[in-house]
Amino acid sequence: MVDQTEAPASVAAEGGVQPMNMIQALNSALHVKMAEDPNVLSFGEDAGYFGGVFRVTDQLQQKHGLTRSFDTPISECGLVAAAIGMGAYGLRPVVEIQFADYIYPAYDQIVSEAAKMRYRSGGQFTSPIVVRSPYGGGIFGGQTHSQSPESLFTHIAGLKVVIPSNPYDAKGLLTASIEDGDPVIFLEPKRLYNGPFDGWHQKPVSPWKAQPSAQVPTGKYTVPIGEAAVVREGSDVTILCYGTMVWVSLAGAEHAGVDAEVIDLRTLVPLDIATIEASVKKTGRCVIVHEAPKTSGYGAELSALVQERCFYHLEAPIGRVAGWDTPYPHAFEWEYFPGPERVAAALKAVMTGGAR
Amino acid sequence: MTRNTQPLSLRVPEPSGRPGDAPDFSHLKLDAAGALDRPAIDARPVQMLDLAFRLIRVLDDEGNALGAWNPRLDAETLKKGLKAMILTRAFDDRMHRAHRQGKTSFYMKCTGEEAIAVAQGMILSREDMGFPTYRQQGLLIARGYPLVDMMNQIYSNASDPIKGRQLPIMYSAKDYGFFTISGNLGTQVPQAVGWAMASAYKGDDKIAIAWIGDGATAEGDFHNALTFASVYRAPVILNVVNNQWAISSFQGIAGGMETTFASKAIGYGLPALRVDGNDFLAVWAATQWAEERARSNQGATVIELFTYRGAPHSTSDDPSRYRPGDEHEKWPLGDPIARLKQHLIALGEWSEEQQAEAEAEAVAQVRAAGKESEAIGTLGQSRPSVKTMFEEVYATEDWRLTEQRREVGV
Ligand SMILES: Cc1ncc(C[n+]2csc(CCOP(=O)(O)OP(=O)(O)O)c2C)c(N)n1
Repeated sequence: MVDQTEAPASVAAEGGVQPMNMIQALNSALHVKMAEDPNVLSFGEDAGYFGGVFRVTDQLQQKHGLTRSFDTPISECGLVAAAIGMGAYGLRPVVEIQFADYIYPAYDQIVSEAAKMRYRSGGQFTSPIVVRSPYGGGIFGGQTHSQSPESLFTHIAGLKVVIPSNPYDAKGLLTASIEDGDPVIFLEPKRLYNGPFDGWHQKPVSPWKAQPSAQVPTGKYTVPIGEAAVVREGSDVTILCYGTMVWVSLAGAEHAGVDAEVIDLRTLVPLDIATIEASVKKTGRCVIVHEAPKTSGYGAELSALVQERCFYHLEAPIGRVAGWDTPYPHAFEWEYFPGPERVAAALKAVMTGGAR
Repeated sequence: MTRNTQPLSLRVPEPSGRPGDAPDFSHLKLDAAGALDRPAIDARPVQMLDLAFRLIRVLDDEGNALGAWNPRLDAETLKKGLKAMILTRAFDDRMHRAHRQGKTSFYMKCTGEEAIAVAQGMILSREDMGFPTYRQQGLLIARGYPLVDMMNQIYSNASDPIKGRQLPIMYSAKDYGFFTISGNLGTQVPQAVGWAMASAYKGDDKIAIAWIGDGATAEGDFHNALTFASVYRAPVILNVVNNQWAISSFQGIAGGMETTFASKAIGYGLPALRVDGNDFLAVWAATQWAEERARSNQGATVIELFTYRGAPHSTSDDPSRYRPGDEHEKWPLGDPIARLKQHLIALGEWSEEQQAEAEAEAVAQVRAAGKESEAIGTLGQSRPSVKTMFEEVYATEDWRLTEQRREVGV
């Protein structure tokens, strides 16, 4: 891991550094931004008094008031649309969709409205909203509590898509998203909420405390949108991944005994193409890992980009490890979830010329 | 020129009590048992507007059945209903414990709401289609669906009727008139309307019945359902189960502060009944009224079933963090099982001994089913073949799934 304990220059002078898990880091981002800017609101189903079913919005109402952090009706379409209206007025709403699987009722408002507001109004209106939502598998949630919908949003012009993989990035990226003038889809890997994931389902999970990225400044800082992180330097092959799959990829590289360079994309739109290009040109090989189904997943886009820009540097076909093209089944969560073995197999395949 | 010089302010509804407060139900206006008239089944919705705002009740506090809505059920039917409610509660208790023991990943009880699914499941036939949400397990139980199959589903074991795919409690039982449950709230309600439209289109005599929670009525799907039901006069019964809480949000957040859920039907020109959901007889009578109406081609009825969610929302929930701890005990409409028991005793058809016997019998029945199901396996101990993960995504497997299945080695 890159050492992220050193606080960047943007950290508020009064703040120290504290161990936080991802939930606490996201919560801290919201507290800090709401204290700083009265235009920032946070709302969603069970997100007010109770502080959200995952506790990300804990104490916001108690600290910042009933009209700044409140429960909404169970109407994803309604709450996102209300956020769009508020954003047009000049507020900075941060809305929670309880599970990413429930973003679909709001899909029209996000895709047809928020995404196109600036463009269609000739810049007169904007939609500076953040739609936060836990996504992905790992909690035996079955098909309606486990999906990874990111590619549906990367396909839509006008939206930014951000996915952190550790507490430090989570707070910095959420802060940057709130400050961003465009609509941001902010997907939180719920498998990583309480602790990092060693990639192996059978092994006990260690607490975030043991990870340098859990040393989170209590004050304000940002992690810029559009910059990937090289979380492991290597020379044999580049792994492109994000969210939970960063941890699975690290475990997979270790399992395969391959000197992989692991790139945590952190933001899918805008994408840090320079870091990707430089890495693949250096290693000559590329494996893409994501949890969403393979067909038309974000890996397809990444693969095309790498092929367009690095074709003459590639020594093997690009490998893809992804969820299967099936709904997420309750009893087969671990067979569905791409694990280190599948990553290792893909790494070995690209190292030996990519034969399937 | 006038100008609004007053600063505006935002209202956010709040419940009458939070943890540590005494439960306060003083805002509820409860009609006495037998107080309301029963309109003819061909009454026009505008002639019965008050039924959307008041509360149809049959059983009084002493267990007497009163008034025009008394369905005058025979003792055998009442006993059958009581036993099904007792069995539903015993099943819930066992499965909730099974979750605590790590045998499954999730469970949801319907404590306090048993009268609803049991009575309604008994009234409609298996040829009709129920479009349930996740608190209508009483419907399967009342119709004699095998408890062991319910448990196999909850354990995602090798005998799970839906092959380990669904979250526990998301049953699917076509032969029992039980549509496959979706985790996405509210989606089943407009589908029920479509199913009912199909029956009418085909000239059949089947009707549909759907359930939705008070919280989920805020979803657009609920309003789509009312529009279609009204426009096409679909033979469907649309139930709103108002159990006061949607996870941590009280019913005021869903729009229950300014009006009742039943009254949402009025703007769509649909008849609406607001009913004591803890009163087996009132639930029965209202449902029968709506059923007759649908079967005689007069279209849809909206029924608000006024009740209280006694248990946590699910095994992932802790209600003591957002509502007064003893709110359920103080619920002024009592407990549906206790009330029907009291009624049967008042009729001279039941006794405390018979009640204790029925409870013991239910526990034994659930225990026997539990042993059978656990012998097949609890979550993770036994599963359908991994191959089934790739089946039924489409009617026939395409090359992608074939390749992916082979990659898993099955
Ligand atoms: C579309 C959608 N949004 C959010 C959720 C998460 N969720 C599951 S149950 C629930 C509360 C539902 O409350 P209510 O409709 O009142 O039914 P009850 O649980 O009280 O029976 C929520 C928000 C969901 N399942 N589907």
